[in-house]
Amino acid sequence: MTKLSKLIKTLVMLSAFLTFSILFIIIGYILMKGIPHIKPSLFALKYTTENVSLFPAIITTLIMTFLSLLISCPIGIFTGIFLIEYSKKESKLVELIRLTTETLSGIPSIVYGLFGLLFFVTSLGMGFSILSGALTLSIMILPLIIRSTEEALLAVPNNLREASFALGAGKLRTIFKIVLPTAIPGIFSGIILAIGRIVGETAALVYTAGTVPQIPKNLFSSSRTLAIHMYSLSSEGLYTNEAYGTAVVLLVVVIGINGLSSLIAKKLRKGELNG
Amino acid sequence: MDKIIVENLNLYYGDFQALKNININIPKNRITAFIGPSGCGKSTFLKTLNRMNDLISDCRIEGKVLVDKENIYDNSNININNLRKRIGMVFQKPNPFPMSIYDNIAFGPRTHGIKSKIKLDEIVEKSLKNAAIFSEVKDRLKKNALELSGGQQQRICIARALAVEPEVLLLDEPTSALDPISTIKIEELVEDLKDVYTIVMVTHNMQQATRISDKTAFFLSGELVEFDDTHIIFSNPKDKRTEDYITGRFG
Amino acid sequence: MKRQSLDKFMEIIFFISACVSIISVILICYFMFANGIPGIKKIGVLNFLFGLDWSPSNIPPSFGIFPMIVGSIYITFGAIIIGVPIGILTAMYLAKFCSPRLYKYLKPAVNLMAGIPSIIYGFFGLVVLVPLIRNIFGGTGSSILTASILLGIMILPTIIGLSESAIRAVPNSYYEGAIALGATHEYSIVFAMLPAAKSGILSSIVLGIGRAIGETMAVIMVAGNQARMPNGILKGVRTLTANIVIEMGYAADLHREALIGTGVVLFVFILIINGLFSMLKRKVF
Repeated sequence: MTKLSKLIKTLVMLSAFLTFSILFIIIGYILMKGIPHIKPSLFALKYTTENVSLFPAIITTLIMTFLSLLISCPIGIFTGIFLIEYSKKESKLVELIRLTTETLSGIPSIVYGLFGLLFFVTSLGMGFSILSGALTLSIMILPLIIRSTEEALLAVPNNLREASFALGAGKLRTIFKIVLPTAIPGIFSGIILAIGRIVGETAALVYTAGTVPQIPKNLFSSSRTLAIHMYSLSSEGLYTNEAYGTAVVLLVVVIGINGLSSLIAKKLRKGELNG
Repeated sequence: MDKIIVENLNLYYGDFQALKNININIPKNRITAFIGPSGCGKSTFLKTLNRMNDLISDCRIEGKVLVDKENIYDNSNININNLRKRIGMVFQKPNPFPMSIYDNIAFGPRTHGIKSKIKLDEIVEKSLKNAAIFSEVKDRLKKNALELSGGQQQRICIARALAVEPEVLLLDEPTSALDPISTIKIEELVEDLKDVYTIVMVTHNMQQATRISDKTAFFLSGELVEFDDTHIIFSNPKDKRTEDYITGRFG
Repeated sequence: MKRQSLDKFMEIIFFISACVSIISVILICYFMFANGIPGIKKIGVLNFLFGLDWSPSNIPPSFGIFPMIVGSIYITFGAIIIGVPIGILTAMYLAKFCSPRLYKYLKPAVNLMAGIPSIIYGFFGLVVLVPLIRNIFGGTGSSILTASILLGIMILPTIIGLSESAIRAVPNSYYEGAIALGATHEYSIVFAMLPAAKSGILSSIVLGIGRAIGETMAVIMVAGNQARMPNGILKGVRTLTANIVIEMGYAADLHREALIGTGVVLFVFILIINGLFSMLKRKVF
């Protein structure tokens, strides 16, 4: 048994070491190779085939993120409210909503991309556009927002709701003035994860938002986000150095987003101890 | 004079009958205590008085609860939010909202449409004074109420209930989560409040009932066994079961 | 009265919002199937699913996606072989071996791993793994093996996350019971706790399979993408997902329909895996 124990322990240690060193190597490698290639021309206001500037892509990413959240957050948060505050736990409808939300979260981005192409781009005639992309992404991140809202609402102690009702506040007032404000940090950490997904998304956007490397003029112009930009650069094979630089920018953004989300989660746990 | 009159009240959770044919008259400007072992229905009964049981989905109620001769279960002329404004409630565990002390107290008045800052300031100060906590918190009204001690939080909750100017105050074991010193403070406070409010209090603590209540009701397995002046209940109960309970000869 | 009508109005808004997920799933299913199935019918179900030749520009064209189905399955299988043992062992490490102080840093690291975009993984694969495999084994370096390794890495956070919570959900009494019988720490974990966590761990594997089979961008960059039957793990291969992305840009008519049909096949795979996952999850939690 001791021999076996030793073997298990060795394997466990080895695997953990492997996992975390892979992460370390990926991040380290990209930073090391990429940082020297970050130069001002990469951030030029206008994209040319000379500078392959990622500035327009950053603007597009910001717009895309904002739009997707604008569509998805109200729907997702309201769904969470409906599930937790308004419906009975075992109702058939709730089952169905849970099942479909789970299904949505399991659908790979390429299928979303294909659906966006068929529905928003073609059937609704929106063409390759920021709007098509944002609508596609907002469905994709919906389950994330719903789940974090649900969890955050469940974590709000029931005695706060009781206290509010006992003061004569109605359901709506209780939800908007007491329950939601208490749940905001939890919902927020879900939104941040959603931002991470939007920023990193490629497959769902290639055939919905398209790959035009310019700042979009309006919601119906096609434009590429940072991740798509990175994909274009690396698949063209002509701009490897710039691709490294772009990878660094993308990676830093993603690490920042994740850090923020962990920070909020930590704050949340502390807050719960006080409450 | 009786503030609340309950007639033939039955309450069911699904198939389970939690309250059996309750009849009781609760006098105005007195403290009425509900005692009895856990699960006897005393807290459930308290919650029927401001319809907090409405929040439980499979709860069904028969009978009448008359407040000032008006049946609060008659949906045709009762607005439930107004009812709960008239009948305030303080819970077992202090449950201040995770916001400032000021906003906690102002939440109720704001709910009922008071917007003027001057008026709100006035209400907050008056309520905190009435709940005997003003001097302790007057310099930190903008601080989060969760930073206060348990006893202070409970008095904030009482102040919050007073801020909507209720007629009746329901207290559900208000001191069970508190230390002895905070308990005494709350008891003194409750005694002071009875001049203005009709107070109904559930307590697991019989000494507490003898110390501050005027009337005491003893509940057992969903039944109201005996209801009388507190000193009679504790010195000369008529029912054998009451006697067993107060002398501690009970499960 | 006014307040009550607002209450009612908002309740309806909440309800409508809640229906958006249902509507989305219906729309996705409808548009995928309605656009994909006619093409599959024209090609012939058997020719489409089991045809060995994908030559959309031949005259007459031929649309057999069997090589891609096999490619997706090979790569997913490879990813599972690599990712599952490492993932479960790492989950054991996080749940039962590492100190709370270290855990504070490692848990966010796993989350970060899940948050790194596939395009970054793909790029890393392209510039590091592909040359590495080429140097060690020869060939082009873009191969089933490369893609399996990369996907194995990419599904790690999924496996680790779910398995860790499954292990943590096992009552400590199992562990204590084994320890009390004189078993070692490691022995108690593997033989007393892991069996109790097995459905959670199993569902993590199913979810990992879903992630691997649906992954697109990273795979495109390292798998070679040749649309033919793979004959060796060092040979290039094309997955269902890659097929769609690579050719959708210029496809028209039946070719386009065949690509959407490829999406339908992928979608059906995913629905089956999702169903499996839901069933497992409902049994565990």
